[in-house]
Amino acid sequence: MSFLKKLKDKFQSTEQQEEVSDKYKDGLSKTRQSFSSRINDLVARYRTVDEDFFEDLEEVLISADVGVNTVMDLIDELKMEVKRQNIKDTSEMKDVISEKLVDIYYGDDAVTSSSINFQSDDLTIILFVGVNGVGKTTTIGKLAYQLKQSGKHVVMAAGDTFRAGAIEQLEEWGKRVDVEVVKQSAGSDPAAVIYDGIRAAKSRKADVLLCDTAGRLQNKVNLMNELSKVKRVIEREVPGAPHEVLLVLDATTGQNAMSQAKTFSEATDVSGIVLSKLDGTAKGGIVLAIRNELQIPVKFVGLGEKVTDLETFDAQAFVYGLFADMLQDDPEE
Amino acid sequence: MAFEGLADRLQNTIQKIKGKGKVTEQDVKEMTREVRLALLEADVNFKVVKDFVKKVKERAVGQEVMDSLTPGQQVIKVVKEELTALMGGDQSKIAVSDRPPTVIMMVGLQGAGKTTTTGKLANLLRKKHNRKPLLVAADIYRPAAINQLETLGKQLSMPVFSMGTEVNPVDIAKKGVEQAKENHDEYVIIDTAGRLHVDTDLMDELAQIKDAVKPDEIFLVVDSMTGQDAVNVAENFNDQLDISGVILTKLDGDTRGGAALSIKAVTDKPIKFAGTGEKLDEIEAFHPERMASRILGMGDVLSLIEKAQENVDEKKAKELEQKMRSASFTFDDFLDQMGQVRNMGPLDDLIGMMPGANKMKGMKNLEIDEKQINHVEAIIQSMTAKERQDPSLMNASRKKRIAKGAGRPVSEVNRLLKQFEEMKKMMKQMTNMQQGKKGKKGKGLNFPFM
Ligand SMILES: Nc1nc2c(ncn2[C@@H]2O[C@H](COP(=O)(O)OP(=O)(O)OP(=O)(O)O)[C@@H](O)[C@H]2O)c(=O)[nH]1
Ligand SMILES: [Mg+2]
Repeated sequence: MSFLKKLKDKFQSTEQQEEVSDKYKDGLSKTRQSFSSRINDLVARYRTVDEDFFEDLEEVLISADVGVNTVMDLIDELKMEVKRQNIKDTSEMKDVISEKLVDIYYGDDAVTSSSINFQSDDLTIILFVGVNGVGKTTTIGKLAYQLKQSGKHVVMAAGDTFRAGAIEQLEEWGKRVDVEVVKQSAGSDPAAVIYDGIRAAKSRKADVLLCDTAGRLQNKVNLMNELSKVKRVIEREVPGAPHEVLLVLDATTGQNAMSQAKTFSEATDVSGIVLSKLDGTAKGGIVLAIRNELQIPVKFVGLGEKVTDLETFDAQAFVYGLFADMLQDDPEE
Repeated sequence: MAFEGLADRLQNTIQKIKGKGKVTEQDVKEMTREVRLALLEADVNFKVVKDFVKKVKERAVGQEVMDSLTPGQQVIKVVKEELTALMGGDQSKIAVSDRPPTVIMMVGLQGAGKTTTTGKLANLLRKKHNRKPLLVAADIYRPAAINQLETLGKQLSMPVFSMGTEVNPVDIAKKGVEQAKENHDEYVIIDTAGRLHVDTDLMDELAQIKDAVKPDEIFLVVDSMTGQDAVNVAENFNDQLDISGVILTKLDGDTRGGAALSIKAVTDKPIKFAGTGEKLDEIEAFHPERMASRILGMGDVLSLIEKAQENVDEKKAKELEQKMRSASFTFDDFLDQMGQVRNMGPLDDLIGMMPGANKMKGMKNLEIDEKQINHVEAIIQSMTAKERQDPSLMNASRKKRIAKGAGRPVSEVNRLLKQFEEMKKMMKQMTNMQQGKKGKKGKGLNFPFM
């Protein structure tokens, strides 16, 4: 049985999975269409697997911001595979390509790692970090809404005391989703705000505290130190916390996202990624390399600016979404 | 693996060629392949890279590179020339309407930095051009966006026009421009909400604002970290609005910024300004040449050499050498030489141009303190002509006078005097050594204070 067929069977085994993958197919329609239809296109255009075919494939992957190194490695592996299996016809390539890509995507721990480390009967603290303008505050608003819908008591802490209007922005989200926001005045110490947030969340017996922080470029040493300090305050106040440190990455970002993931991890030990703005035309392919190189999984994807536009990242569903077009015209069907 | 600059990437091939003494077409092919990878790693769009590499290859296969004794450097030179040509010259002018106010409209994706850049531009217009701008808050969508602009307005003590979030952005823009007219403001900057280039409703809203206020400039604000998608974004905004220029933000980060090249290539619109920090004065004219070097990830060796040649006066250099040898080097000479180096551009640029400097730990974040150099200049300028010629005249009251004149503490004057004496000693030793080694031949360029 071909790999694609196996993948398909896996997804059609339960109805619930169908539903999940439909959501992905809709939300990520642009990513999915352009990616898998381009692979299909490629296969249609080239009959035989040759240098030109690989060069074009390289471009499809590069245009998704997958990154030069990952792409080169992938192409090398594919070439080896082609030799090993003595593949001549491009139609056989679909299967090989998807399998290799899935390999990278899944890693070893895909199933468990995309879930959030919630404390069942204690306060869960989630810290949000990232460069300027990626969508930290918006993601917090959306997540607060989602958690509240599922019956959790949520508190948010306005840890961005630097950017003009940042506190008001989070307050506005607080109003929108009816969640309390703990704040101090602009310019105050972010660690102190987070400390207040923890105190408030504890005394309210809240389930989850979402901590906003100011956007900062990862090469600013002082600002990264400030972030480490915020994290230390959380560690000191609640042993075992923060339970998640989520790095928000803008899907539009190119190769610099890797540097962001590395440096923010050094400073705050990032546990997961939120890939925002996937409703645009950018593919955010760099998360592949990040996952592969740094073992940081994607946990959420942002698909718009509304409260409901946040989806839990499901690697399997995501991959299924990526290859849905290919599955449809798989001749074995 | 970290980013490799083009120069590093070419090392391998260059080594190989060195042994052979003759450049083959295959060598050129290998080199252009490295050029391609370097550009892709820097986030230049793959289509743009393709066209670009083709051009480089054509030139490289010709005489220029293959006949050269230094093919690696020739390739770099060709690449840099093509890149600089593509990026265009310095174009940091803002249009001025002959019937004020001049209207500027800021557009772009979410989170690109439009609002901050609005504040920075306003600040620049006031500081550099002494103009009075009105800021218009037309982002009614993002929570607290108006508040953000109002806060910036307060920080700058500049008026902000807003009508809350219940009014259509087209009307807000129109009313804002009307008010600017009444108040005789010379500039209006309209901050619009971030939006996706594929959001037809919101793109249409921008077209309507454009129709309503007939802006003199439409600036597309783009995050310099943008990847391959930069071409789609730029193409869409340009097709629908016919933008007049681009502002690149967050260049204080460590991104290569290949998006700059992609955008220029697909829109052919000038990149006018660069945002280099979160503070409101951190905006500068965009330097295409510097950007080219940054994308290639290499010290700008060529322009360093060119600049040194342009700016160092041969005759003066000879005189200086003479003086150094006889230890008759004075503060006047010192000032003179400082001026020569200064002419080459800001010091951090010079450091940035040195190959490898951006790689050294600590160097990357190093900012040369121009202020300190200014202080040295001020101190020397506060000396009398006699004092400059003969530092031994210095006594307590003279030092005090100089310190006061320069607005620096006496201790700093003392430090400079001491350094100057040490420098003179060192120069004498150095020139003697050089003389001993290879006769009279001296170097044209010295940086005694570096
Ligand atoms: N289209 C789209 N826009 C988004 C998404 N997430 C956030 N945004 C928008 O991106 C812009 C920046 O988002 P913020 O949440 O303010 O980003 P931030 O990281 O908190 O920014 P700073 O606090 O300034 O560093 C806003 O206009 C958001 O509405 C998304 O998934 N899709
Ligand atoms: Mg924020």
